[in-house]
Amino acid sequence: MRVLGIESSCDETGVALYDTSLGLLSHAIHSQVDMHQAYGGVVPELASRDHIRRLVPLLRHVLVTANANLESLDAIAYTAGPGLAGALLVGASFAAALAFARGIPALPVHHLEGHLLSPLLARDPPQFPFVALLVSGGHTQLMRVAAVGDYTLLGESLDDAAGEAFDKTAKLLGLGYPGGPALAQLATSGRLGCSQLPRPMLHSGDLDFSFSGLKTAVLTLVRNTELSESMRADLAAEFQEAVSDVLVGKSLAALRQCGLHRLVVAGGVGANRRLRERLDQEATKLGVRVFYPDLEFCTDNGAMIAYCGARRLMAGAMASDQGIFAVRPRWPLQELLAP
Amino acid sequence: MNLLALETSTRHISVALWRDGELTERAEVLANGGSERLLPWVRQLLTAADLQITDLDGIAFGAGPGGFTGLRLACGVAQGLAFGLDLPVVGVSSLAALALASYQRGTEHLFACLDARMNEVYCAAYLMRDGTLESVMSELVSPPQQIGLPPGQDWIGCGDGFASYPELLATRLAAVRPDCWPTAAAVAQLAAPRFARGEGIDASLAHPLYVRDKVALTTAERLARGGAK
Repeated sequence: MRVLGIESSCDETGVALYDTSLGLLSHAIHSQVDMHQAYGGVVPELASRDHIRRLVPLLRHVLVTANANLESLDAIAYTAGPGLAGALLVGASFAAALAFARGIPALPVHHLEGHLLSPLLARDPPQFPFVALLVSGGHTQLMRVAAVGDYTLLGESLDDAAGEAFDKTAKLLGLGYPGGPALAQLATSGRLGCSQLPRPMLHSGDLDFSFSGLKTAVLTLVRNTELSESMRADLAAEFQEAVSDVLVGKSLAALRQCGLHRLVVAGGVGANRRLRERLDQEATKLGVRVFYPDLEFCTDNGAMIAYCGARRLMAGAMASDQGIFAVRPRWPLQELLAP
Repeated sequence: MNLLALETSTRHISVALWRDGELTERAEVLANGGSERLLPWVRQLLTAADLQITDLDGIAFGAGPGGFTGLRLACGVAQGLAFGLDLPVVGVSSLAALALASYQRGTEHLFACLDARMNEVYCAAYLMRDGTLESVMSELVSPPQQIGLPPGQDWIGCGDGFASYPELLATRLAAVRPDCWPTAAAVAQLAAPRFARGEGIDASLAHPLYVRDKVALTTAERLARGGAK
């Protein structure tokens, strides 16, 4: 089965072609980061305007690169949510119309399920069941994944997502948008232990997170002290360490609670090098294996949507061939049904 | 020639099928989108005309101005259909479609005006001459107090801009028709001669006509206005 995947939930347009026997044939991403940079954050209307300009050229590129044509498609999967309503609608309307024109089904896909399953695209994929740590600018969740569509939420952030805390803290430190990667870069020249930040909820006894207090602690430091360049770097390193400590601690607690030894890390923050280092260190001690998606699939992409759509269709998911489509900007993963 | 036309720039959404001048249309007033209607309507219109989707020769869409999300709905569907069927696309001004939909014999000067929210209107002026709608004033967005009529007599005002601003140009218009809106049938009629002239474009070039282009302030602009970073 050959599935085209279309992703447009936020500030990346992604198109990919996945074949259940041949694997990922081709994928392309256009990031809008440069465009939103001048605005200090994602402007939803501008994101939508860009998506609609990028879809056809990206699709053409993917087809040419895969040496495939539209006739070979069996289905089209598109991100139906969660995400920015207008941005989602661009991908959904294009995908549904394209499927309608070709007489093939269009399948709405949950963006976070795409992220959860993205490590399965790797050469050495994890076996079910596993614990998934989903960390991005919009989400911080721990999940028990028993099979495609069988997810149990173990814990989540009660306020800011980890990636959001990275971005907001970066802003406080005067770094540009998007701040997360810039903060991680600055942290490489910083020293640990020079400033003290809390590890929120690390010992709360549950698997929930809270990151807004960490950002406030940084704000207090920034307000009360004239920070030199090296102090800023130290603070960045300490912040990154604090977030990593909490993410690592809770992930290990989740594994213990579930009696599992496989951890999957997905989402943009999963690309953070320090987090990966710390997870690998701890995992080795405990005989746990950690699986990461390839770096290119940590951020939003069409490949995970195509893959997720293919897995669901193979498992018997029903897809509309009537041309009816809808988006769900707010769509809790727990409401997702098994195929 | 068989053409399909989509118009969703206002809450009056519609789809039309044009077969060598013969029109059929499906339409509805929807407060919220039309993603559940458009493609099923396409199928219904094709089935009723005993046509296959592959019998289509072109896809037309109302490009705007209008509600941004609606413009992208029609454009995204037009792109998907056109790319999937390897057909050319024609984007038509939704204000021109409004003017044509409002046209009656004897009302050749048409001033089309849609509420653009944020205390502004979208407007454009057209002249119907020998059965062809000519643009006299291009689409623009403006506070209603600042718009003026092009020279000429007997201008008819059409569109919901006149419902939102009943006093708009009141002393200078011969008549007002606030209860008119752009229709897919009008989009099809305007697109047909352009397809016939070979003016259809590739799906990748089909874009909405937003007219309101400034939608956010950059950080530098906010700072210059004394705002927060």
